[in-house]
Amino acid sequence: MYKYVLKRLLFLIPTIFGVAFIIFLVMNITPGDPARALLGLSAPQADVDTLNHELGYDLPFLQKYFNYLKNMILHQDFGRSYFTKQSVFDEVWPRYVITIKLALIGVLLSALIGIPPGIYTAVKQYSLWDTIPSVIAFFIAAIPAFVFGLLMLFIFSLKLNWLPSFGATTVYHFIMPTLTIAIPPAAQVMRFTKSSMLEAIRQDYVRTARAKGASERTVIWKHALMNALLPVITQVGLSLGTLICGAVVAEKMFSIPGIGSLIIDRILYKDEPILLAGTILISICFTVVMLIVDITYAFIDPRIRAKYTTGRKE
Amino acid sequence: MAFEGSSMQKGKTEITFKKQGQAREIWRRFKKSKGAVIGLVMLVAMLAVILLADVIAPYSLATKQNLSQKLAPPSSGHIFGCDAYGRDLFARVLHGGRTSLSIAVIATMTSCLLGSILGAVAGYFGKAVDSVIMRALDIFMSVPDILFTMAVVVALGANFINLLVALTLAYFTNYVRLVRSQVLNLSELEYVEAARAGGAGSARIIATHIIPNAMGVIIVNTTLNVAKIILYESTLSFLGLGMPPPAPEWGLMLSEARSFLRTSPHLLIFPAAAIVLSACSVNLIGDGLRDALDPHLKS
Repeated sequence: MYKYVLKRLLFLIPTIFGVAFIIFLVMNITPGDPARALLGLSAPQADVDTLNHELGYDLPFLQKYFNYLKNMILHQDFGRSYFTKQSVFDEVWPRYVITIKLALIGVLLSALIGIPPGIYTAVKQYSLWDTIPSVIAFFIAAIPAFVFGLLMLFIFSLKLNWLPSFGATTVYHFIMPTLTIAIPPAAQVMRFTKSSMLEAIRQDYVRTARAKGASERTVIWKHALMNALLPVITQVGLSLGTLICGAVVAEKMFSIPGIGSLIIDRILYKDEPILLAGTILISICFTVVMLIVDITYAFIDPRIRAKYTTGRKE
Repeated sequence: MAFEGSSMQKGKTEITFKKQGQAREIWRRFKKSKGAVIGLVMLVAMLAVILLADVIAPYSLATKQNLSQKLAPPSSGHIFGCDAYGRDLFARVLHGGRTSLSIAVIATMTSCLLGSILGAVAGYFGKAVDSVIMRALDIFMSVPDILFTMAVVVALGANFINLLVALTLAYFTNYVRLVRSQVLNLSELEYVEAARAGGAGSARIIATHIIPNAMGVIIVNTTLNVAKIILYESTLSFLGLGMPPPAPEWGLMLSEARSFLRTSPHLLIFPAAAIVLSACSVNLIGDGLRDALDPHLKS
């Protein structure tokens, strides 16, 4: 088990290298340069070249890449922004925390909203209590997060005046953004929980549990649910990617100073240090969450745990 | 004619018979599902209206500005009302559908093609090739799609082709995993073993046993992917990363609607409904196809 966790953590290193490489590559093959964006279209080419040189943008692609990795590993230095000249870390970190907070609250909310109706509809299959929530979830799954945000903005901010429409200072500011990003994945989690639960209910061990006289409550909660939840956990973890996308949308819609809006702003300036740091931090978070999901999986499911303790791979 | 064929080229005709029967059987099962038929009817109706968009409301209506009609609510002259520049919303929704749906379909096909080839190569050759492709994919997948798409679209510029590139890169990863696991699973099945024991070569096994059996799962996934891409593409356009402004596009129209939410909710309702209806109908068809193609999965 430790070996497995260690192996997965070590995989973070090539991931970081790879992500940095992809970003450098994209920046390198696309037109435009930071000095031109900073100085404007009318600035003379000589000034642009000088500034690009000062920024270190004109170095060859691979040299920039290796310099960046060297500074990051040896000096924990992420460089300075081409645009604001400030330390990248100071600029990125507070915004990163906001985005991750949004995304993680979104993950929790989507599980809280999605799992209970999923279980309920599976238990009450073919009744009205199954049909109505399932149809609702089906429609919600076809609504993009930003349309939800707009609807909530229209109802709760503009018509009812209950919630503030922008900013990120109080708890109230976070209600609409987190719901915006949590509801679409919640519908998917619900559909997934339902099908997983339906499958579990039909298993032989559930019939055995019923046959030995266990109460319906025990059968559902202990035998069916515990087995049905495994794939659901993976699904919830995987939805983090969607949620980060949702977080970017929510940041834009509710004017929240998160990392998504920072990256959108700075791509235009080709502000490489900011883009790199932002993307790398998000990828690390993503990888770590996937690792936590896998470990949770192993802890819940004795079959998987057994595989690791006996040293057999997959 | 088929009878003649069966006496002359027995093997070939048997196959065509079987194929016809299978297609008919799938269609029969598909028809049984109410949701799938509703989805199909909805989609066909929408496609018909979108294809006839030029006849119903010419493209010029979708871009012609008429400030006297600014933010006009729905009326008999403009059944969906007008937007902030006085452009007819109905024409914009129709022509927007052309952009959104064609991007969704083409991007699904390109990502399916790219992903399937990589997945099949990884699954078929295995060993080192498999490791290299899958580890590279792991790294690629640890960058959330949205960041990558943003980088590609903003850096290359927002237009139809770059949007396709970005969407393909965001969605091909699913197919690599799907096709690889299909190839790995199927090649261990008994009928493949039987074919191999019967002396069939790798090429024949792949062409006659693995591809036809993997098709069902791939078709279902592809259908459901079209719906996902419709939603994702509208999100990108909403963020200003999709089609450039004068073009009618659903996400873009919603982004423009944001400033006028308080006074003109019709700007929000119609494009949003178009997105939801198209995604819903595609999802219904996908679910129906899943049940029709694989009776085992039916739950």
